[in-house]
Amino acid sequence: MLLAGPLLAVPCPASAQALPPYAVVGDAIPEPLTSARGDAARGRALVVERSSTCILCHSGPFPEQKFQGDLAPSLAGSGRRWSEGQLRLRLVDASRLNAATIMPSYYRVDGLHRVGTLWRGKPILSAEQIEDIVAYLGSLRE
Amino acid sequence: MRFSGAIAVALLIAGSVFAAEIPPAERRSGYDFMKPDTRAMQDEDTANPGMLWVLDGEALWKRKPGAVNKACADCHADARTSMKGVAARYPAFDKATGRPIDLEQRINSCRTSHQQATPLPFESRELLALTAFVARQSQGAPIETGTDPQLAPFIARGRELYLQRQGQLNLGCANCHDDNWDKRLAGSAITQAHPTGYPLYRLEWQSLGSLQRRLRACITGIRAQAYDYGAPELVELELYLMSRARGMPMEAPAVRP
Ligand code: HEC
Ligand code: HEC
Repeated sequence: MLLAGPLLAVPCPASAQALPPYAVVGDAIPEPLTSARGDAARGRALVVERSSTCILCHSGPFPEQKFQGDLAPSLAGSGRRWSEGQLRLRLVDASRLNAATIMPSYYRVDGLHRVGTLWRGKPILSAEQIEDIVAYLGSLRE
Repeated sequence: MRFSGAIAVALLIAGSVFAAEIPPAERRSGYDFMKPDTRAMQDEDTANPGMLWVLDGEALWKRKPGAVNKACADCHADARTSMKGVAARYPAFDKATGRPIDLEQRINSCRTSHQQATPLPFESRELLALTAFVARQSQGAPIETGTDPQLAPFIARGRELYLQRQGQLNLGCANCHDDNWDKRLAGSAITQAHPTGYPLYRLEWQSLGSLQRRLRACITGIRAQAYDYGAPELVELELYLMSRARGMPMEAPAVRP
């Protein structure tokens, strides 16, 4: 109890603050999370990188990747099936569309349990990374 | 508003499809998911690297480490008879602490109380060797863990932990091991998480490792805070998983990719 006062008075470090707000319209986030447009080439590199976790579950048009998951639909043709705004919401917080989904929310820090100290208070991907991936997925027409 | 109606419907459907327990007839050991060469490695004592730890354990069984100058063998005689089926009943209820303890903790409690020796650190070569030696005496025996009614609340707690979503990836054990055990996470078969073979030799570790080590790896994998070795939560998870595997044959020391 003695400690609670002073501790609470210390300002939160930037990483522990709530993420900037975004507006959900229907099943989409129509507005980009950043002012700069995403870069599809960077987005592709992110999607196939193991630490981004996408290809643990998904497969897609990445013939050079030997290990791809089969827990989720193929990412091929994402841009034909979904608008950029719809893809953005699926990445930011897929649980808004399907509360039982196993797909992690990539841009969310609240409502999580026992997050490891390395990752606590940080979203899985940054706003820039989300925009890069949205640009890449949007380019997958077939 | 139309949209939230759609979510409610989706939830109802999802609720009925997911989180189903695996029916007993469909239970499969991690062994069933392995390639033939990895299976052969487990099957052949001369090819199974885990047997090196078993042999070390046999030597330690006869050693007198503590102040009272007693070896495990002085109380338990020949492990081939006295330890037969023991590992297949662990974790078990410990009267002294009023909680379940796993086989490693049981070995350490014998060391401190009956041998007056220092407890062995988790994952130390000696503790793994003694555990592997004891567990080996149950090879082929059906798992019986969890029949003691005193364990019921701890099994329930373990099951809650198993279902609880956690970590930055917000996944629960059941999301992979109950709902997606027939799928592949990148290159790896997911398996049903039946702990039939511990301690086991994992090619990825290049070593023998305990069930607690495996559980900590899955917890870190979902980017949650791993419990410390020996934490009550890990023992409750071990207890739940072993009781969930009741009737399946023990394989220790198993081999896994
Ligand atoms: C743990 C598993 C998992 C991970 C990791 C994952 N997803 Fe998904 N994803 C799913 C599942 C399952 C679905 C199917 C819809 C649902 O369950 O909500 C899905 C759906 C999608 C969809 C819609 C697919 C369609 O056409 O219907 C897109 C796009 C997508 N994911 C992109 C990604 C990207 C990009 C990443 C990484 C940044 C990622 N996912 C990581 C499991 C995952
Ligand atoms: C995102 C998927 C995923 C989640 C979530 C997950 N695991 Fe695993 N688990 C795996 C994979 C992949 C393996 C490796 C299978 C192998 O090679 O033996 C594994 C292996 C295991 C094994 C070893 C099985 C054997 O045959 O030796 C156990 C036990 C286990 N997990 C328990 C758990 C528990 C308990 C949790 C929750 C705290 C959990 N897992 C969460 C994917 C997952």
